[in-house]
Amino acid sequence: MHKKKKWLGFLIISPTLVVIGVFVYGFIGATVRASLSDWNSFRKLLSGEFVFSGLRNYERLFADWRFQTDMWNTLFFTVFFLFGCLLIGLILAALLDRNLKGGRIFQSIFLFPMALSLVVTGTVWRWFFAPGILPNDPAGVNVLLGQVGLKSLQWGWFTVTDTIGPFNLALVPVIIAAVWQLSGYTMAMYLAGLRAIPESMTEAARVDGASGWQIFWKVKWPFLKPITLSAMIILGHISLKIFDLVYSMTGSGPKNVTDMPSIYMFEKTFRSNRYAEGSAIAVIMLLMVAVVIIPYLVSTLRKSD
Amino acid sequence: MKKFTVLMCAILIAFVAFGSQVEIFSWWTGGGEEAGLLALIKLYNQLYPGVQVINATVAGGAGTNAKAVLKTRMLGGNPPDSFQVHAGMELSDTYVIPGKMEPITNYLKEWGMYDKFPEDIMKICSYEGEVYSIPVNVHRGNVVFYNTAIAKEIGMTTAPKTWKEFFGLLEKAQKAGYVAISLGDTGKWTATHLFENVMLSQFGPYKYNMLWTGDQTFNHVALTEAFEIMKKIVPYFNKDHAAGDWQDASRLIFEKKAFCNVMGDWAEGYFKEMGWTPGKEFGWFAVPETDVAFMIVSDTFGLPKGAPNKENALRWLKLVGSVEGQDLFNPLKGSIPARVDADKSKYDVYLQWAMADFSVKALSPSIAHGSAAPESFATMLNDILNRFVSDVNVNQAVKSVLEAAEEEGYLVK
Repeated sequence: MHKKKKWLGFLIISPTLVVIGVFVYGFIGATVRASLSDWNSFRKLLSGEFVFSGLRNYERLFADWRFQTDMWNTLFFTVFFLFGCLLIGLILAALLDRNLKGGRIFQSIFLFPMALSLVVTGTVWRWFFAPGILPNDPAGVNVLLGQVGLKSLQWGWFTVTDTIGPFNLALVPVIIAAVWQLSGYTMAMYLAGLRAIPESMTEAARVDGASGWQIFWKVKWPFLKPITLSAMIILGHISLKIFDLVYSMTGSGPKNVTDMPSIYMFEKTFRSNRYAEGSAIAVIMLLMVAVVIIPYLVSTLRKSD
Repeated sequence: MKKFTVLMCAILIAFVAFGSQVEIFSWWTGGGEEAGLLALIKLYNQLYPGVQVINATVAGGAGTNAKAVLKTRMLGGNPPDSFQVHAGMELSDTYVIPGKMEPITNYLKEWGMYDKFPEDIMKICSYEGEVYSIPVNVHRGNVVFYNTAIAKEIGMTTAPKTWKEFFGLLEKAQKAGYVAISLGDTGKWTATHLFENVMLSQFGPYKYNMLWTGDQTFNHVALTEAFEIMKKIVPYFNKDHAAGDWQDASRLIFEKKAFCNVMGDWAEGYFKEMGWTPGKEFGWFAVPETDVAFMIVSDTFGLPKGAPNKENALRWLKLVGSVEGQDLFNPLKGSIPARVDADKSKYDVYLQWAMADFSVKALSPSIAHGSAAPESFATMLNDILNRFVSDVNVNQAVKSVLEAAEEEGYLVK
């Protein structure tokens, strides 16, 4: 009887297994294979003939100035984006948790940006941050800064090519837009975490004479740690793969200041017809995400055992 | 279940009854382009009432999205009956060489069209002696559009013939407080568009054209000089050029914030759309030192192998290649017909100027618009220019161009 049940279970999930096997792992395999080929023109791709060319595509990429810039951009974007989302999400959640008047409304307002598609966010923030022709003819945010008398803060936003070390300052507006969109999400996660903390714990701490700050750090924060980790994983894989927001907001930018591996992948594959190199970028992006996600999966699996 | 079967049968029958179809793939989704396409489809329907035209369009400037979709379809063995493609390498390198296109030379001869197009453009549309696509329209790439009010203010009387004269004007415009030359290079290709014209001016059309046939080396002082001129142009750009596209750049001229702009003549259509009259509020001249040449940007239609409705596709090609078809489409789109025997009176004063030049000047293929070189070269050049506009490093840029050219198998020795 038991054995039969097991078989039935397997039978029921087998279509899913097949579909995932083919359309996820099969295609990952095909991409890896393509990245090791010489399919760097439409003609070679169409011929279908597989010529193994080792890691040549990868070597080319890592020697490529644009790809190097992309890697730095991804790194900085991910770090600041994660930090911004977590910090703002936490602050908003902490404020909302105090059950202030109108908290419900604000909770929805903070969550709304998440409902937008990243393309919409990108387009709108592009209008905000378009600098206009400074100093005489500002546009967007710069007009606002001019009107409140902060003319000195007027700036080229995503059109500047200034850097601090390898960090392109033009990424700042992109990070602002991304944080605006997804900090509501971290807020929701943190808020759920805060509300799950039993009242008795904070009560007990208060009776023991802990200050509000101490309660937060010593009592509540330990509860929020696993949530922070989940949020980091979820946001991290979004930011490592980010395409739509950046593509619709700034594109590659002058001197590739806001270029991302995903944009380069798109251009390599569908504009230059360099399918092998495009696949190589895809594989590198997959590995980056894997580095973030696999340790997390392993630790969760261990826990559930 | 029964209902479902009946429904499927009904759909099947519908398919057979209206089976005669033709699917036309393009990225003409807005403005005059769409109007032109729809007019052509309407004419097609009048001529062949039994055939249903499927207007398969994918939106997106310069066809970037459409091209990606088309590639996937061609790769999957599901070609449309006919598709829009820029004349030249964009078609040859991507589809003709892999054997995905039918030659149409014989059809052109049969329809008596073969000698109605200028020889140079037929050469661009051909690969190894066979024609693979019919040009519908021609845009000129090497044009400077300017605001006549500003031109008057800075005392421009005649069109500048040389870069020296041109820089004199730019300087005056900048001193008068205007953006001297506007650019919108979010999409990158606009900088390449400007640069290819500078390149044309330095190589001259003869040598420029030979670059692409492998008879002229890239390793020539003209390339360095082109970058030197580009370097001089860069300081005259609007500082926010990275925040806009070509429409934004043209709009600066319209709003009297910028003096001039190098753009293909689709900008003329854009000015007209905003309410300007050619020759009155805006003027134009050929990019300095390229007056002897005509940089061609041409949309064409070809016949993919395995087109599901070949007969109807041929009818479509015949229509777009005919005088009626071209004279119907082009005034709406704001381009000139590729045929030399079209009716001039249907076109505005700017287009007549372009038509006159088209029939006498040397025709040169554009890089930015896919005619001269494979897409991979154009993309690399985009990247090089994108970098150059910020760091104006001539040596670096020349080196990168030579590397890119060598990779594509062009002459660099």
